[in-house]
Amino acid sequence: MSAGEYQQATRASVRGGGGTTPVAARSRLLSFVASGAPLVAVIVAAAVFAPWIAPYGEAQFVGGVWDPPSAQHWLGTDNLGRDMVTRLVFGARNTISIASLATALAFGLGVLLGFAAAAIGGWLDTLVSRAMEILLAIPVLISALMVLSVLGNSLPVLVVTIGLLESTRVYMIARAVARTIVVREFVAAARLRGEGLGWLLAREILPNTLGALAAEAGLRFSFIFLFIASLSFLGLGIQPPAADWGSMVRENAQAIDFGLPVPLYPAAAIAFLTIGVNRLVDRYLAAIARPGAT
Amino acid sequence: MSGRRTHPVLRIEGLSVCSAAGLVLVDDISLQLAGGEVLGLIGESGAGKSTLGLAALGYARGGCRITAGRILLGGTDLRLLDAEALRRVRGRRVAYVAQSAAAAFNPALRLIDQICEAPVRHGLSTRRAAEQRAIEAFRALDLPDPEVFGRRYAHEVSGGQLQRAMAVMAMACAPELLVLDEPTTALDVTTQIEVLAQLKRLIARSGTAALYISHDLAVVAQIADRLLVLRQGKLVETGPTAALLARPQTDYARALVAERGGAAARAAPAQGSEVLRVEGLAVRHGRRDAVSDASLRIEAGETLAVIGESGSGKTTLAYAICGLVPAHAGRVSLAGVQLAADYARRSREQLRRLQLVFQLPDVALNPRQSIASIVGRPAQFYFGTRGPALAGRVAELLGLVGLDPALAGRRPGELSGGQKQRVCIARALAAEPDVLVCDEVTAALDPLIAEEVLQLQRRLQEQLGLAYLFITHDLATVRRIAHRVLVMWRGRIVAQGATAQVLGEGRHPYVNALCASEPEMRPGWLEETLARRAAEAQAGPFQSAGGT
Repeated sequence: MSAGEYQQATRASVRGGGGTTPVAARSRLLSFVASGAPLVAVIVAAAVFAPWIAPYGEAQFVGGVWDPPSAQHWLGTDNLGRDMVTRLVFGARNTISIASLATALAFGLGVLLGFAAAAIGGWLDTLVSRAMEILLAIPVLISALMVLSVLGNSLPVLVVTIGLLESTRVYMIARAVARTIVVREFVAAARLRGEGLGWLLAREILPNTLGALAAEAGLRFSFIFLFIASLSFLGLGIQPPAADWGSMVRENAQAIDFGLPVPLYPAAAIAFLTIGVNRLVDRYLAAIARPGAT
Repeated sequence: MSGRRTHPVLRIEGLSVCSAAGLVLVDDISLQLAGGEVLGLIGESGAGKSTLGLAALGYARGGCRITAGRILLGGTDLRLLDAEALRRVRGRRVAYVAQSAAAAFNPALRLIDQICEAPVRHGLSTRRAAEQRAIEAFRALDLPDPEVFGRRYAHEVSGGQLQRAMAVMAMACAPELLVLDEPTTALDVTTQIEVLAQLKRLIARSGTAALYISHDLAVVAQIADRLLVLRQGKLVETGPTAALLARPQTDYARALVAERGGAAARAAPAQGSEVLRVEGLAVRHGRRDAVSDASLRIEAGETLAVIGESGSGKTTLAYAICGLVPAHAGRVSLAGVQLAADYARRSREQLRRLQLVFQLPDVALNPRQSIASIVGRPAQFYFGTRGPALAGRVAELLGLVGLDPALAGRRPGELSGGQKQRVCIARALAAEPDVLVCDEVTAALDPLIAEEVLQLQRRLQEQLGLAYLFITHDLATVRRIAHRVLVMWRGRIVAQGATAQVLGEGRHPYVNALCASEPEMRPGWLEETLARRAAEAQAGPFQSAGGT
């Protein structure tokens, strides 16, 4: 992701006539940093390589309760004496993987159903739309709490539950955007050719809705990420001793009473990832808004 | 004509606009425009007319840049304004009527919401007052059910109606300068003169200055006080309308003036086999009959033109034949085999043999697909052509419609209107059809380009033995391309027969009216026609007699 982003930044500056002057180089660097790509890249790299990067084991007790930062423990230790940096790195791994899977599921389902409802219309549209509206009417947190307390909170259940609940939001966006596309003549031309539903959805509608869907994807990922954090905070998300940023906030919340900044580290990690992802999406949207861009 | 006021509404000095690739689109153009004055911008597509028109709003299309010159609107240089100040100028002091109303309206919002947005947002009027004015304007422009017209969505009204709604939207803020980009191109001749007369009155009464962009010299002659002829971004000739039409000074202007000459009607081709037969076709929109009891037949190698004003059911007829709009009665048969009313129940082979070319190439091509995949897809879909053979077929098809095969890698947004329509024709040809249904294919093109497309279609017909169902509102096109003509009026076929016969002596009164509405290239024609119409108004509507 970062390499592509960098190429894009480079290409943009070449197009803009930017040479190799120090000013141009600096503005290029600034624009690259501002794109959110380095931020996301660092967090994703930490998530992927967690076992090799982390100085200690995920649930290894290495010190006292809330030890202050030191040479051994850069951000100190948590409420049980585990290394904070290690917990953050593993937390990235757990939280991002679940959030990505749930986002992918929400998009796969929501986009497919939304496009199909818009393209086919009629009773299918009515049926699916009403079903989605019923799901939408119940607060996500309540539904999730119900499902998770009944089915238990294993990882697959967590991913599927969040994915399904969030797919209602994606469905609404996908259907609305697709409805403005299906009335265009090029869709009529494809229908008249005898093209199947798959072609209509994937080749005629999808490419023309990518902008809106990308914007939604960035937002949705952040929401799902925060949602997992809230579930973990309530004790229904990822289970201990596995680390995740939401439960790390909860476990260390009391440190605030002692004037310690410990819960702010995972909170800051959540904030950074959210900002990074949204910056990346903004950059992508700006890129596809250029005429002639793909 | 100019200098009625000491301070012109618009003054452009030495304006140049360049594309991202460094191409000069508008080259050192200067002009000025007083209140109540109409300047006609004339030239073929790609001449920079629209680019110049947009520059008058201080706007350059994506990728383009205004590189030199001043654009003074009532003394303010638009190039010096920041984005916020420009936003306040646009829509309020300058308004724009786009070439393709279909692309200019948001398909997800009701028309009235879009029309009332500008005056309300600019704080010029309340929503209620704006709505009231819009309804009055709908009525003045003869739109059906003016009270509720605005509640429709863009795709629920005809192309002509949408174009008029767009004019209503532009005038909503009573701007100082109105930029009209081919506003009547998509309209049929009878509607066109109504709209022209309405625009002319509107401009004269409000003192709005107008830039009228068109490729149709005959239309511009009716409305413009002065003309400015553009070619490849450069000013070719400028002067008062009457003088320029009477004595064009340059070769290019002479060619433009001469283009609108008549051509003899085509003789019927040798008796071919019948390919398409339609019997008693009827389509209902709600409780209204959009098309009733339509019957026609087309033979191989023959062109049947369907003419009529907008809303007469021409496009609906074409869509019903193709199965896009379900007919509630009647039969369509292709080479003797009856087709299902709904395209979804027709076989792939039946779909292949009947191809439709849409009116507006802007929306008929998927903006996110390359020309190669657009043109190649039917060949791949119907004949399983792939790999190098497919690339060869695409190049062949592009060559057939007179396009450079190098365009295959481009996207529709990078082509001109004429090129896009050629791509649409190439896509239809890729299916190797028997019948080509052409819905106003030249309506959005300027005459020189349209003439090329018509010649292309004649050539293809001779080469491939295609049958055309050719929907148009332009009688000159009919005379040039059609063997037989079918005239529609309010969903009914009122006349049908050989072109010379239907358009010749003893023609149906409605055909008479159509012919009389065809603009002639001299100032004053509009007023004469309107006066004659008013005199004829007592005669009442035409009788919907059966066809011959």
